[in-house]
Amino acid sequence: MASGGSGWRTLPPGGIIVEPGSSLRYKTGTWRVMRPIINQDKCVRCRMCWVYCPDAAIIETDEEYVDSKGRRWNRTYKVNYDYCKGCGICAEECPVNAIEMVPEVK
Amino acid sequence: MAARGEVRARPKPMSTNSAVAAAVKDLDVDVVSAYPITPQTTVVEKIAEYIANGELEAEMIHVESEHSALSAALAAAATGARAFTATASQGLALMHEILHIVSGLRVPLVMSIAMRALSAPISIWNDHSDLMNARDSGWVIYFVHTAQEAYDTILQAYRVAEDPEVLLPVMVAYDGFVMSHTVEPVVTVGRENALSYAPKRPFPYKLDPDNPVTMGTLAGPEWYYEFKYQQVQAMAKALEKAREADREFERRFGRGYGVMECFMCEGAEALVMATSSYATTLKAILPEMWRQGFKVGLLRLRLYRPFPIREFTEYTSNASSLVVVDRSISFGAPYQGPLASEVASVKVKEGLDFNLVSVVAGIGQRKMEEEDFKALVRLAWEARSRKYPETIFYGVRE
Amino acid sequence: MMGSQPERFKSKFRGILDIPREERFVSGHRLCAGCPVGTVMRMLTKVAGKDSIIVNGTGCLEVSSTPYPYTSWMNPWIHVAFENTGAVASGVEAALKVLKAKGVLGKDVKVVAVAGDGGTFDIGLQSLSGMLERGHKVMYVLYDNEAYMNTGIQRSGATPWGAWTTTTPVGKKWKGEWRWKKDIMGIVLAHRVPYAATASPSHPMDMIRKFEKALYYTREGPTFVHVLIPCTTGWRFDPALSIKVARLAVETGIWVLYEVEKGKFRVTHKVRKRKPVREYLKLQGRFRHLTDDDIEYIQKIVDEEVDRINKMAGEEVIGPVEA
Repeated sequence: MASGGSGWRTLPPGGIIVEPGSSLRYKTGTWRVMRPIINQDKCVRCRMCWVYCPDAAIIETDEEYVDSKGRRWNRTYKVNYDYCKGCGICAEECPVNAIEMVPEVK
Repeated sequence: MAARGEVRARPKPMSTNSAVAAAVKDLDVDVVSAYPITPQTTVVEKIAEYIANGELEAEMIHVESEHSALSAALAAAATGARAFTATASQGLALMHEILHIVSGLRVPLVMSIAMRALSAPISIWNDHSDLMNARDSGWVIYFVHTAQEAYDTILQAYRVAEDPEVLLPVMVAYDGFVMSHTVEPVVTVGRENALSYAPKRPFPYKLDPDNPVTMGTLAGPEWYYEFKYQQVQAMAKALEKAREADREFERRFGRGYGVMECFMCEGAEALVMATSSYATTLKAILPEMWRQGFKVGLLRLRLYRPFPIREFTEYTSNASSLVVVDRSISFGAPYQGPLASEVASVKVKEGLDFNLVSVVAGIGQRKMEEEDFKALVRLAWEARSRKYPETIFYGVRE
Repeated sequence: MMGSQPERFKSKFRGILDIPREERFVSGHRLCAGCPVGTVMRMLTKVAGKDSIIVNGTGCLEVSSTPYPYTSWMNPWIHVAFENTGAVASGVEAALKVLKAKGVLGKDVKVVAVAGDGGTFDIGLQSLSGMLERGHKVMYVLYDNEAYMNTGIQRSGATPWGAWTTTTPVGKKWKGEWRWKKDIMGIVLAHRVPYAATASPSHPMDMIRKFEKALYYTREGPTFVHVLIPCTTGWRFDPALSIKVARLAVETGIWVLYEVEKGKFRVTHKVRKRKPVREYLKLQGRFRHLTDDDIEYIQKIVDEEVDRINKMAGEEVIGPVEA
């Protein structure tokens, strides 16, 4: 498993990690069996999915969105499928049922 | 013998515990975290006095156990402070889990050990069971034999520990009561000299919000081994650095010890290997023994981890016999003196040719008088031409 | 939290949009899917900000967030062992204090300790007590999933009555845990800390303000926040329900959200009508074996506890069970 440049001569000592947030290189999206899909038209931008997500896998951006009723939103929520483990908390907690869990297709 | 740069100062009367505390003060240690245990306690009492009087600006953490004492000292050093703790016996045993974590995390700190027997039965008196129980925990270990050497070695210990090429914790061990509570003349070098010799070099991977590290990670089978091997390499480096630290100490202050000392070795046919106060006593009786015709030298083990094989090999090259005096028992081992076992392995490793005698003595501070040490010298003399395959338990009653 | 503060505590988290977007407990950790420790650590680190050192006791969080060479932490972080979180935090705090006094460190750095129920109620109780008693300026966050989940669901001093665990199994003679959860808040409060609170990930704003307040009060001494963490693996429920289960703990009165600020007790989230405990219990496989009598017994104990809380509050902050 250990790759090339991982010998004792080059590693920092003591198992100390000097790169904060290096787990971003580890994609937990492969764990997922159910995929959350956010319905941008239904979404009321309440931020709850973003707050509750244990994996920081809901991305909040300042992207504008105009929904089918002509409402203009200045924030958009998207799922980061690189990390989403598919737990379904976001769908369960969404107050307007704007998130649907669908099976991952092989 | 006065060397260049020797600091001329009036010796002050100090116990070894006080000498250790004085070194901690002179080194401007930032955090002291310790728990009372006999016979170490007066080290921390003395440091508390220094802090209380404003002679040392440090945080003292009055922890609720030795386990916490070492945990807090580790954490303080990991945060970039110079940290110190002291313990003995059960306290060192209670720290055991954390001993390995300090060395494994490569956090430099120094701990003094006033060596004492382990329970049960409970004994507050001196032997080396506590230290021997900790010998494979990845710490650099010094045995010292005078209060002066204790002071000097605490200075050397920080210099070695904090060296970026070493980054290992260091224990400085001495005989409980026999040394910890015995007053001797000690020359101190003062803060300026101490800090010039051992300037503070904070942990290079310290906990710093501007440079955040993650320390104390989970290493799987594909990673763990490399970190342990780095410790092997660091130990090898520590040996070089300890030699260098002692040479530099002698250059500056006129007192040097070497990592191993051979006393009256010139022309000696047999040797006794001893540590701490036993070495001091042997030094006192050897001249008389020589006058009686016993050409026996003293091999004093000072740096124990890493083991100074080169010096050992050199000093034993002309000896026909070597009596290794152990102050603890390795129950059920081939030689039941742990140091004797190690000497046996060096003997094989380096192809050395002397008759090895394993002697266990002074268990639980069983009294060893002048006559007893003379008996050990005579034993070394005898062993030139006689083999003693079994460990001798000296002084135990039938 | 950083910088100059007015004398009285004033929250800067007035609404949900005040939570910083920047992540300091990032993706890629290996907590179980649906584990709300992830939620809690995200919120905690957002409140604590950059200038905080995290001390983490051994447990699920520690192993899941730092499998070498990956770390999910953006803050300086240290783990030493299981039973010494309080001592390690003490050492960090003492070092910061003296380095600041000596002019080596030029700014205020906070210390946040995080440990689980095993590391706090049980093996770490002594070092926690030492840290609290000595008055180290540390915020200690207890994430309580009510058993040793990291080693495979063994009971701890935090396991509630009736709960199945692998060491309190349900068999002919045993019917799960037979002792009540240790009163850790009572023990902490006996140390006269300036601030202690309970929190739940289901009520994030309440929790965030408590983290903020606890950090604020570290200027006076150690503070403590006890967070209930429903464990999808150990409590046996669908991962999607973690927050729902946490909310039900609050709505049934099993988990009362309160704080003790400078000795003053206050329930921070009132529950007008309580739901029956059955609603909380029935979602969890660990309580599946409970009989109606058992559930009634738990309800009775919770009723008594609610009475005690209401008496302390001097008013009915937690209402009766709704019909």
